[in-house]
Amino acid sequence: MTEILINDQPVPVDPEGFLRNLGDWTPEAAEQLALQEGVQLTEAHWEILTVLRQFYQTFEMSPAMRPLVKAVAAELGPDKGKSIYLMSLFPGSPAKLASKIAGLPKPTNCL
Amino acid sequence: MTLHTINKTPTESSALNNCLASLSDGDALLLIENGVYAAMPGYAELFTRLPASVQCYLLGEDSSARGLNDLNPDFRSIDYDGFVELSCRYNKVVSWF
Amino acid sequence: MSDTKKSFLIINRKAPYGCSAARDALDVALTISVFEQPLSLLFMDDAVLQLLPAQNPAGIGQKNLSANLAMLEMYDIDQLHVCSEALQQRGLRAEDIELNINLLDRSGIATLIKQHDQVLSF
Repeated sequence: MTEILINDQPVPVDPEGFLRNLGDWTPEAAEQLALQEGVQLTEAHWEILTVLRQFYQTFEMSPAMRPLVKAVAAELGPDKGKSIYLMSLFPGSPAKLASKIAGLPKPTNCL
Repeated sequence: MTLHTINKTPTESSALNNCLASLSDGDALLLIENGVYAAMPGYAELFTRLPASVQCYLLGEDSSARGLNDLNPDFRSIDYDGFVELSCRYNKVVSWF
Repeated sequence: MSDTKKSFLIINRKAPYGCSAARDALDVALTISVFEQPLSLLFMDDAVLQLLPAQNPAGIGQKNLSANLAMLEMYDIDQLHVCSEALQQRGLRAEDIELNINLLDRSGIATLIKQHDQVLSF
């Protein structure tokens, strides 16, 4: 099984680098996961990660792009609830990348 | 004396009907998995002709999983340990599935 | 994405947790919505039991379907049709369900099927 080191502790991840156990996530783990993806976390990233983790707590699934945009718009306002804004923070596939850094499972049916 | 377990809803198969027709005095009935839906108040009619000596149980983990809070009071909720205990107390177990 | 649109109807007929049908239907619904195709869900027979609120399947090690169904709205899946007869047969009322649903009788269901291009059954 693949593992990554967080604070010198081995933590199991799946072949795509998603944490296997939700309980292994900590803010330090997020920093580590982000660095591996070439993302330096800022305040702007953290508020998205918070929205994402709240979404998961409520609905018990990671959102695809459209519901993520909707949730961000509802929590942080329409200026941030745009795919272009999320793309600038989490390049490529924001829903997938942000879920990974937030320690959540990969969104189902994420294109 | 026999413990009868059912894991199907009253409508998804004939399991419950056949089980109810096959009970003897002193037997016990235990609803598990989808079987717990039979303890919804709307299905109470199904159990009115059971002999009074038949004890009725349901598995609490399965009823909580399915959001069933308002249950037929004739059924006693048990947990997995209770399931094991019942299986030992009766001579045999018949699974209706 | 191409301009081709087909309307989909997913028919649910099974209770949750006892088998994977409810979860499979949900996966397909989310996939169809990602492709931005018009989608309706119909709950009949034992599938109306999927709609009961306050499900708590932690004790049987499964994911909470009621939490997932509450999420459909975030995917703009808001056409939830429910067979009124199936509710009645189980002693349930529309008020018992916390989701925004549309009740249909038998002829309403026939019309719904007729109105959609593709129908998938679970």
